Amino acid sequence: MTGTAVDLIWLPPALALLGFVLNGTLALTRPTAKRLVSVIGAGVLLAAFAASIAVFSAFVGLHADEPVVLRYWSWIPVGTLQVDVALQVDQLSLVMLLVVTGVGSLIHLFSIGYMKEDPGYARYFAYLNLFVFFMLVLVLGASFPVMFVGWEGVGLCSYLLIGFWFSDAANANAGRKAFIMNRIGDFGFMVAMFMIFWATGSLDFGTVFTHAPMALVPGSRTVTAITLLLFLGCTGKSAQIPLYTWLPDAMAGPTPVSALIHAATMVTAGVYLVARCNLLFAMAPVSSAVVAGVGALTALFAATIALKQWDIKKVLAYSTISQLGYMFVAVGTGAITAGIFHLATHAFFKALLFLGSGSVIYAMHQAYHHTHAHDDAQDMRNMGGLSRYMPWTTSLMWIATLAIAGVPPLAGFFSKDEILTAAHARGHVEPIWLVFWGLGLLAALLTAFYMTRLMLYTFHGPNRTGEQEQAHLHEAPWIMTGPLLVLGVLSAAGGLLNIPALYRGGARLEHWLEPITQPSAALIPAVPLSPSTEWLLVGIAVAVAVVGIVGAWQLLKPQRLVPARSAPEERGFARVLRNKWYVDEIYDALIVRPLVWFSRVVLWQEIDQLVVDGAAVNGAARGARALGWANRWLQTGQVGTYVAVFVVGVLLVLWRAIG
Amino acid sequence: MLLSPALFISAVLFTLGVAGVLFRRNAIVIFMCVELMLNAVNLTFVALAQSLGMGGQVFVFFVMAVAAAEAAVGLAIILAVYRHKQSVSLQTMNLLKDG
Repeated sequence: MTGTAVDLIWLPPALALLGFVLNGTLALTRPTAKRLVSVIGAGVLLAAFAASIAVFSAFVGLHADEPVVLRYWSWIPVGTLQVDVALQVDQLSLVMLLVVTGVGSLIHLFSIGYMKEDPGYARYFAYLNLFVFFMLVLVLGASFPVMFVGWEGVGLCSYLLIGFWFSDAANANAGRKAFIMNRIGDFGFMVAMFMIFWATGSLDFGTVFTHAPMALVPGSRTVTAITLLLFLGCTGKSAQIPLYTWLPDAMAGPTPVSALIHAATMVTAGVYLVARCNLLFAMAPVSSAVVAGVGALTALFAATIALKQWDIKKVLAYSTISQLGYMFVAVGTGAITAGIFHLATHAFFKALLFLGSGSVIYAMHQAYHHTHAHDDAQDMRNMGGLSRYMPWTTSLMWIATLAIAGVPPLAGFFSKDEILTAAHARGHVEPIWLVFWGLGLLAALLTAFYMTRLMLYTFHGPNRTGEQEQAHLHEAPWIMTGPLLVLGVLSAAGGLLNIPALYRGGARLEHWLEPITQPSAALIPAVPLSPSTEWLLVGIAVAVAVVGIVGAWQLLKPQRLVPARSAPEERGFARVLRNKWYVDEIYDALIVRPLVWFSRVVLWQEIDQLVVDGAAVNGAARGARALGWANRWLQTGQVGTYVAVFVVGVLLVLWRAIG
Repeated sequence: MLLSPALFISAVLFTLGVAGVLFRRNAIVIFMCVELMLNAVNLTFVALAQSLGMGGQVFVFFVMAVAAAEAAVGLAIILAVYRHKQSVSLQTMNLLKDG
């Protein structure tokens, strides 16, 4: 206890949990009380955000270099394993806390408008509040197990919200896919936890990171295995190669959910985990290279797929995967600050993009609803020219697009540039990082291209929605555009968080996070770049962004598009990209089908039906029956027989006793 | 009284009782044979009590008391079976086997 407002750290998660309990009760008892649900759902989040700010300012006042750990009760006291339910307040968890509650509040407000007509309104807000609770447990937990509870909890909420409209089988399947793919990653996380306990004798962050330098040899197999297994967990949760395929399918959920869970917060949990364990990753150079390499590959790979998607949310989903790849490049490189910085700015502009697309889908849906048409409200081929009907959404989404493309001085420019510079700098010592830098740069080009494509096809050119529908297209209500506006300001000005020294900025986030990054900084080869090199890198990055945007603007012709209904199939390479490199099909053929075959034929029909059911279960029954059949001949039912046997028995006993 | 003739008679009576129980089918006869065995044992008790103390004689009273009770219950059961089956032959009493 510190005697300051930092002690109130339990308040944000508790408020979110309270919101879940109240909204859950309302969902079961009075699902039509939408006004009350809105007040509770968004109210607890705003209160949590206010509490977070109070905690933040109190923590700043403490000038603490050490994390403040608040222990509430003992959870798993078993021998030498002592796990407490404890929350940790430090620079890293506070950044995450503010992002989660801040962006979360805006998305809750947006949801009030977006979900207004939905019959599952109360259930939706209950799940959303529960998600925020688990997310806060994840980022505030002071030990691996507590974090793991949050980690699993957000996975559960993700499943519940992806399959929110579960009456459609495809949505329910998408939820299951997300859940199962996350299980694979969670397996890695759990094994990593066991190994951490085995190696350091504790699971508390503080103890583990204090003991790690003594207990583990840098570059040893143990620390490499631990970090690789942790990273396996990250690839599941943060949708990296090879476990990313669930995230595009997760777009089956309501759009604000995609913004909150599958763009701004939950999927960044993996980045947070690597940042939290930056010391362990710094001790394992191989794992660091794997993290950065997988991140760079994912960034490029997902960006190529995003080039040819027609579903507006799918483009954004692949964009999210790609941007998460950047974050992993950063944390793998050891540029923890850059990773967290990009995490925060990405939360702003990607939430804005998703909510903007939600606003578009809302308008499209309303228009189709009026005319009773059954066209796809998310297909960009059915949009076009929406800037005439939705000026606010258009201009705000342009801000986010320029931000994600890396156009100065918007938020994404600073964070992405910092990542690429860090990768390039490490490339001077370990050349492999130059490859990662190149991949990242290429992905940046594609990012600018596909985002401009999205904007061009959605908001510009002729309208393809339909003659009758055009009359019903209009801007979303203020409860939806309001949060967009705030996010627009954040996307534009988010770079102020961490303007590097190159621009005479204070690099405030960098200094703020120093207590977190310091232990690992000594282990990572640092190359100070000369200002001229840095300016050159900045120039290249900006040039790439501009080429991408202008290229897309010049090459793509929205006038030639036709509505989805009458659109021809793509051919050649475009078709490969449209079909996502056939990764789902490859996984299906290589893993899913063999697994199903093995389960069905070997495990079910052979082992279960023949061995377990046949030999063990029915065999025991058959044996008992055979024994009974043999013995029934002894039972004649005649008293005389029994007496005779009895007398013979007595005689035998007597004979034995006397003889 | 000589000990061994008494024990001999008691053995003969007991064997007769056992043979009756084993080979007769009439429940009443079997019942009487059971009584015969009890009384054969009583005779042994009394005979041996002369040399081994009075305990045996006392025990005879217990046996007689139990035999009386058993006779009451046993005869009642036989009567009930007879009412039910119109027979006291043991061969008709096989409900446990297959009804």
